Amino acid sequence: MSQNIPQRKTDIGPPDYKQFLPPVIKKNYGQWAYHENPKPGVLMHVAKSGDRLYSVRAATPRLVSIETIRLFADIADEFTGGYLRWTSRNNVEFLLTDETKIDPLIERLHKEGYPVGGTGPAITNIVHTQGWIHCHSAASDASGVVKSVMDELYEYFVAMKLPAKLRIAYACCLNMCGAVHCSDIAILGIHRRAPQIDHTQVRSVCEVPSTVAACPTGAVRPTTVNGHESVEVIEEQCMFCANCYTVCPAMKLNDPEQDGLSIWVGGKVSNARSEPKFSKLAIPYIPNNPPRWPEAVNAVKNIVEVYAAGARKYERMGEWIERIGWPKFFELTGIEFTKYHIDDFTHAGESYKRSAHLRQVKE
Amino acid sequence: MTDKKRDTPLLDELETGPWPSFVKELKKSADNPMTGDLLGLLERSYEEKIGHWKHGGLVGVMGYGGGVIGRYNDLPEEFPHCAQFHTLRVNQPAGWFYTSDVLRKLCDIWEKHGSGVTNMHGSTGDLVLLGCPTEALEPVFAELTELGFDLGGSGSDVRTPSCCCGESRCEWACYDTMAATHEITNEFQDELHRPAFPYKFKFKMSGCPNDCVASIARSDMSIIGTWRDDIKIDQEKVRQYVASGEVDMRRDVTSRCPTRCMRWDGTTLSIDNSNCVKCMHCINVLHLALSPGDDRGAMILIGAKAPIIGGALLASVLVPFLKMEPPYDDIKELAEAIWDVWGEHGNNRERVGEFIQRVGLGNFLEQIGLDPVPEMVIQPRTNPYIFFESDEEEE
Ligand code: SF4
Ligand code: SF4
Ligand code: SF4
Ligand code: SF4
Repeated sequence: MSQNIPQRKTDIGPPDYKQFLPPVIKKNYGQWAYHENPKPGVLMHVAKSGDRLYSVRAATPRLVSIETIRLFADIADEFTGGYLRWTSRNNVEFLLTDETKIDPLIERLHKEGYPVGGTGPAITNIVHTQGWIHCHSAASDASGVVKSVMDELYEYFVAMKLPAKLRIAYACCLNMCGAVHCSDIAILGIHRRAPQIDHTQVRSVCEVPSTVAACPTGAVRPTTVNGHESVEVIEEQCMFCANCYTVCPAMKLNDPEQDGLSIWVGGKVSNARSEPKFSKLAIPYIPNNPPRWPEAVNAVKNIVEVYAAGARKYERMGEWIERIGWPKFFELTGIEFTKYHIDDFTHAGESYKRSAHLRQVKE
Repeated sequence: MTDKKRDTPLLDELETGPWPSFVKELKKSADNPMTGDLLGLLERSYEEKIGHWKHGGLVGVMGYGGGVIGRYNDLPEEFPHCAQFHTLRVNQPAGWFYTSDVLRKLCDIWEKHGSGVTNMHGSTGDLVLLGCPTEALEPVFAELTELGFDLGGSGSDVRTPSCCCGESRCEWACYDTMAATHEITNEFQDELHRPAFPYKFKFKMSGCPNDCVASIARSDMSIIGTWRDDIKIDQEKVRQYVASGEVDMRRDVTSRCPTRCMRWDGTTLSIDNSNCVKCMHCINVLHLALSPGDDRGAMILIGAKAPIIGGALLASVLVPFLKMEPPYDDIKELAEAIWDVWGEHGNNRERVGEFIQRVGLGNFLEQIGLDPVPEMVIQPRTNPYIFFESDEEEE
């Protein structure tokens, strides 16, 4: 199979982006005057020279076949002279200068099943992780949950009708590839059972000291099983973070009936108005219910709708909640507040209310 | 039931609905036996509510320690074609720009050797090729480099840096994020390809405090564009916003300013720039009338991470302002100074943010040779448990 394989090179780094930039960008690089968002999914950037660049943004499922990439390449050839890019949230953007081609391009993308939207005060694509398609650690699938949620929130992608932008992120375990912890709404896969230890496997694939050291709560202890070095887990101390599993494959936590999803709200990364903030726990546990996870979908939709009805213009989820207070958030969404909502990890006390400043307390 | 086309009733339900379907994507490549088997394996996960991937294994390309994630399924007899289903992280071009031509060539390589399934893009920014058998890794790598692409990072190394599209089209970019990302990625090829750190180290570059690539939440070194002089105001355009009724200056702008440093008297907008924290809100709203100042550069923040191991952290200020001039030597030297200290004293799997919490930011600054400044903290300490050093006692 090797006859056509070229000589290998190393450490060449990524290709120079300049060769992929459309002429209008090359010409006006660093010389942009302003931009507008004339309709959902369309951005118009105007350069100081007066040149205009239109970006038409379409959703993708992140996981894409080469057949789809070739389709995008064909569409780019037809409409943009072959220029396109992806966004940090897995949308594809077609970059063109001919205003008359925008509507036909949008129509074409919709026809192919890739809706245009995700700009301005809207919900854009959900950044997400691998799930059951590709990861050992996943407490749930990623693509299936994302697809199910976005099918339901589609109207907020193709229109700009929210008070502010709303960023949703998904991660299938606490590793959070894709750092969901600063999102308006985060959906996070969680394990809820301590690792099941395969002692035979520990012997062959794990290093006992590093496995013990991996546990943030000290729940993993060295022990001897049948005359061999192994580990044990003090279950009361386990918070199901799967750190031990990352370093020792013999400590699987995955459990079909106990794994599931949790929902977190009110985080942001932008510095606009208020400082960046973490997402906070809204719902500690929702069981896995493939293929469409209806309980999780409804929970997210409910939060979006309550926010959309109550927030002021420009107010992100977290800013809205801070204005009305957390008790009101739980009241309006009908979400139950439990002991799991109260932090008990390092620095937990920082989240206790230590003042007399309470809004009206319900009878 | 043939080997390739397996029944997938649960996954088929995810082909309906208005949002693009990953199941349709998988089926587009399902003539490839690897992807056919992947569909079957995934359907099994949907039935059993559990994943079927084993812990990664040690695979890679010669001379590199990162860039390939080994992946094996735990039902290799039933799903032999995706028994080995490794991931290649391919370092994306800065800003994720492509031409149709180069995408087709990438697709041809991946059709010839792999599953035909990709992620555009992975969470860190790489173009991810999902599903490569072990024996195809070297041929894919050779063809990728021939086309001008290289692998990204994985494991305890510099992870593939990524950035917002910056000056390529955004008028708010306070530095050339794409040029900086390209330069820094090339400078640290060895650190990117050969893991030698306590844990991963991510760079992310955002052109302004809107932080479109979430650098403050996701990168060990976050480089966020900002400016030092005054916000530029076109008073005539401000008045047009008001006259058109599009903006209510008090409700939408001045009362939303975090430091209340703006004043609108009905005809003129004034800003006390010495108290502006450059949050971007007023510029985002009045984007035709306001823009960042001309004395532009970036601030550097350090230590963001997701929860594993000791809890999530946002990045904190390390350098309040820096001019961003190629070849970005200040940033390269700073990164190297950090790696020297963290590389020597960091524990295994301790991110630099956690390391700083353990040793204290003050001590860390001393070790990397930076002076403490009040911009680095929200407030000075409130507890009196100060670790005075003996030589200072004598003074
Ligand atoms: S979030 Fe966890 S389960 Fe999901 S892809 Fe990342 S490491 Fe794997
Ligand atoms: S899952 Fe986390 S808390 Fe539980 S034993 Fe493993 S490392 Fe410790
Ligand atoms: S981070 Fe700022 S400069 Fe970069 S794309 Fe976003 S708004 Fe523009
Ligand atoms: S950028 Fe933010 S802090 Fe500065 S004047 Fe505008 S709203 Fe106020």
